[in-house]
Amino acid sequence: MSFYIVQFLTGLASAASLFLVASGLSIIFGVTRIVNFAHGAFYMLGAYVAFTLTERLSGTLGFWGGIVGAALIVALIGVIVEMVLLRRIYRSPELFQLLATFGLTLMVEDLVVLIWGPDDLLGRRAPGLRGAIDFFGQAVPTYDILLIVLGPVVLGLLWLLFRRTRWGVLVRAATQDRDMVAALGVNQKWLFTSVFALGVFLAALGGALQIPRDAVNHTMDLRIIVDVFVVVVIGGLGSITGAFVAAVLVSELNAFGILIFPKISIILVFLVMAVVLVVRPWGLFGKPEAAARQTPGLSVRPWRPLSSNERLAFIGALIIAAALPLLGSNYALIVGAEIAIFVIFAASLHFLMSVGGLASFGHAAYFGLGTYGVAFLAKFLGLPMIVCLLIGPLLGLLGAMLFGWFAVQLSGVYFAMLTLAFAQIVWSIAFQWVEVTGGDNGILGVWPAAFVATPARFYWLALFVTALSVIVLRVLVFSPFGYSLRATRDSALRSEAIGLNSKRIQWTAFVIAGTFAGIAGALFAYLKGSVFPDNAGIALSVDSLVMVLLGGVETVSGAVIGAIVYKALSIWLVSYTELSKLVLGGMIVLIVVAFPKGIAGTFGNLVDSGRLPFFKRALPRASQAEGAE
Amino acid sequence: MSVAPTLLAVEDLTKSYGGVHAVRGVSFSVAAGEIVALIGPNGAGKSTCFDMLNGQKTPDRGRVRLLGEDITGRPPRAVWRLGVGRTFQITATFPTMTVRENVQVALVSYANKIFNVWRSTPDFERGEADRLLELVGVGGYAERPCGELAYGDLKRLELAIALANHPRLLLMDEPTAGMAPRERIELMRLTARIAREQSIGVLFTEHDMDVVFEHANRILVLNRGTLIAEGSPDDVRRDPQVRAIYLGEGLVYDARHREGAGA
Ligand SMILES: Nc1ncnc2c1ncn2[C@@H]1O[C@H](COP(=O)(O)OP(=O)(O)O)[C@@H](O)[C@H]1O
Ligand SMILES: [Mg+2]
Repeated sequence: MSFYIVQFLTGLASAASLFLVASGLSIIFGVTRIVNFAHGAFYMLGAYVAFTLTERLSGTLGFWGGIVGAALIVALIGVIVEMVLLRRIYRSPELFQLLATFGLTLMVEDLVVLIWGPDDLLGRRAPGLRGAIDFFGQAVPTYDILLIVLGPVVLGLLWLLFRRTRWGVLVRAATQDRDMVAALGVNQKWLFTSVFALGVFLAALGGALQIPRDAVNHTMDLRIIVDVFVVVVIGGLGSITGAFVAAVLVSELNAFGILIFPKISIILVFLVMAVVLVVRPWGLFGKPEAAARQTPGLSVRPWRPLSSNERLAFIGALIIAAALPLLGSNYALIVGAEIAIFVIFAASLHFLMSVGGLASFGHAAYFGLGTYGVAFLAKFLGLPMIVCLLIGPLLGLLGAMLFGWFAVQLSGVYFAMLTLAFAQIVWSIAFQWVEVTGGDNGILGVWPAAFVATPARFYWLALFVTALSVIVLRVLVFSPFGYSLRATRDSALRSEAIGLNSKRIQWTAFVIAGTFAGIAGALFAYLKGSVFPDNAGIALSVDSLVMVLLGGVETVSGAVIGAIVYKALSIWLVSYTELSKLVLGGMIVLIVVAFPKGIAGTFGNLVDSGRLPFFKRALPRASQAEGAE
Repeated sequence: MSVAPTLLAVEDLTKSYGGVHAVRGVSFSVAAGEIVALIGPNGAGKSTCFDMLNGQKTPDRGRVRLLGEDITGRPPRAVWRLGVGRTFQITATFPTMTVRENVQVALVSYANKIFNVWRSTPDFERGEADRLLELVGVGGYAERPCGELAYGDLKRLELAIALANHPRLLLMDEPTAGMAPRERIELMRLTARIAREQSIGVLFTEHDMDVVFEHANRILVLNRGTLIAEGSPDDVRRDPQVRAIYLGEGLVYDARHREGAGA
């Protein structure tokens, strides 16, 4: 019995940090309507800075001064970020805000390694709280008791702040109605900045408080952000009480999940999240959001099927690509095949994101499932390659059916958070279920059949599947289904009013996108000859987002161009710099702020302005039809 | 008018938002081919009524029957399939598609081809789409991005979309808002003609009393969520309660006004 109580107390202690970070995220969202993906990065920074400060300062005062000082320093960094970056994107589409803050996260990850090195750092333990309290024969660390008390205390302080201070009243008013506060003559800019500073302070404090419990390392940002997303999805975005209750719930589920499903403890959290989503889609304490800004798009240029000149250009490009084996080295062919595979991957996300307006932040889940699908079939059942390639992607399809059903119940930021959490679940299963997946060691020896065993032949196979996939997806875009999907994106109200079942249409799109991602994954497994958990990792999900974004979310062909440019660039980057995440993150931020239409979108603008006559289409005439007279 | 079968029957419709009683105990009916105006000052509950009729909102109490069938609480898409077309007070169209494609999507849905994955939508029943656009007077804009249309033309496009499923009943929430006075009369004439020809029942809300009195066969007056008067245009015009409400808004309809506008 006492064992369970101790387990429960450990859960409560873990909940403290989770609550701090989640409440910060919620407060920022309430006022600015931005889901700050960089929140995990601020948490991590808090831990690193606190590590450094507590190493330098001695004594009890030094330790606690270091913890609070770290949170203040990081909050100051947050203020700078808000003023330099966020102020430029408050009016941008949701997707761009998510991406910009995600780009920031990537940059911080590399910066942290640059400053503190790649190894785990063990922080100082709190002076006077090093010991443990004996609890019916079980030891509970004193520090844990402190954390358990701290959670409700912070909750109470926040409550006082929002109820009893003028600033708090303003923040609550702004949460309800931004324009009204502006009308009252409140300086909105500084209100936003101060709210962001408070949110970041809480995140950093959460990180700083972890150092006596856990090693500090450069992956803790993603670990916490996924947990935080789960917390706000369960508790309800924007509710501090919800954040507290859900943080406790999730921490306890983690603490006891280990006992029930030692290998895949994350399953329990997932099940609870699924139930909450079905019963209360906006979380236990959340309020239904009014439909958010629609479409990732920025302008309205209707899509058209390719003109005959464009078709020629496509075929020409394909012929040139097919001729690569005549010129290129084996290395070039392997790179070429990888790029081709990523074209499928990006095109599948594009279908979901640009056509359906559903920006998935966890699309790699289905890519990864495709790789494992192939690996299972090839290694466990010994099936030939063709069969594996045909059946393997079905694992991606099944995953997309399951997760997609839940994901499409939500939209906007909730959809983004949920898809990310699902991808993390897939990754965790691949990582933890060692008996089946091989865990971190992956599954090796997934070799292609003899008839495509040379780089040239494999390249041709990849190119063939890619061309086919891109054509099929393109046909889909212009098909009745593609238009129905776009209709649900353009106006949920109108589409329901003309008989379209939005949820079912979006679910179908999710499954289609997941299947094509699975196809890409299946090929990828054979290209690499092995599969690893990272095939479903967050980094890969972000890659796919950037490819679509780089090409241009509003265009049909953008994903293809984006994938080619991005993949070539990143392969080149990785071989030339250690700091690929820094460059990549910087690139994302730059695209969002300065170049939001991407390559193909900018190209389209050039065509429309008549500067590229070869691609010119017959522009619709602005005729003067008037009235029914 | 000869006795037409009851198309829409509404009984005791009620909805409140928190403490606000938006609609209270409203009952009325619309016959096939009949044009009924639902009028009342801003906030009277007209849009809320419409939302409950096509399933956008669920009533707290009351029934909605279409040709005798109880459709209360069915989702909008199901109501649409039974032949109820709707236009919105604030237009809802697909801004990234062309004007024609907006109608084509509705035609796709009407033909139950939503999950068709190989045909080309831009070629889908083009003739029918153009006919509908022509009918409402925006045929010349078929290839234009819908986002570029003037507001009045968007209203016309919405009408074309609403007609795509050969509706029995049209629900039009302020169909002429944002239009010039001449254009309003014109659009309602067109709507009335189509309704007469295809025997479609029309329920519309409107602030322009000229439009209302010229086209409505019957008028329902809503105030603060309750129906306070109902009857022919002449009855309603003479109703003292209605006059009292509208006096404040300067919308009283009288003969002088009419002569001025009709000149
Ligand atoms: N979603 C809502 N939440 C709360 N109150 C609402 C909502 N929609 C309408 N109302 C209120 O219900 C009443 C009726 O509104 P509405 O049906 O839009 O009137 P009308 O269309 O006649 O102008 C108004 O008092 C309005 O403020
Ligand atoms: Mg209204």
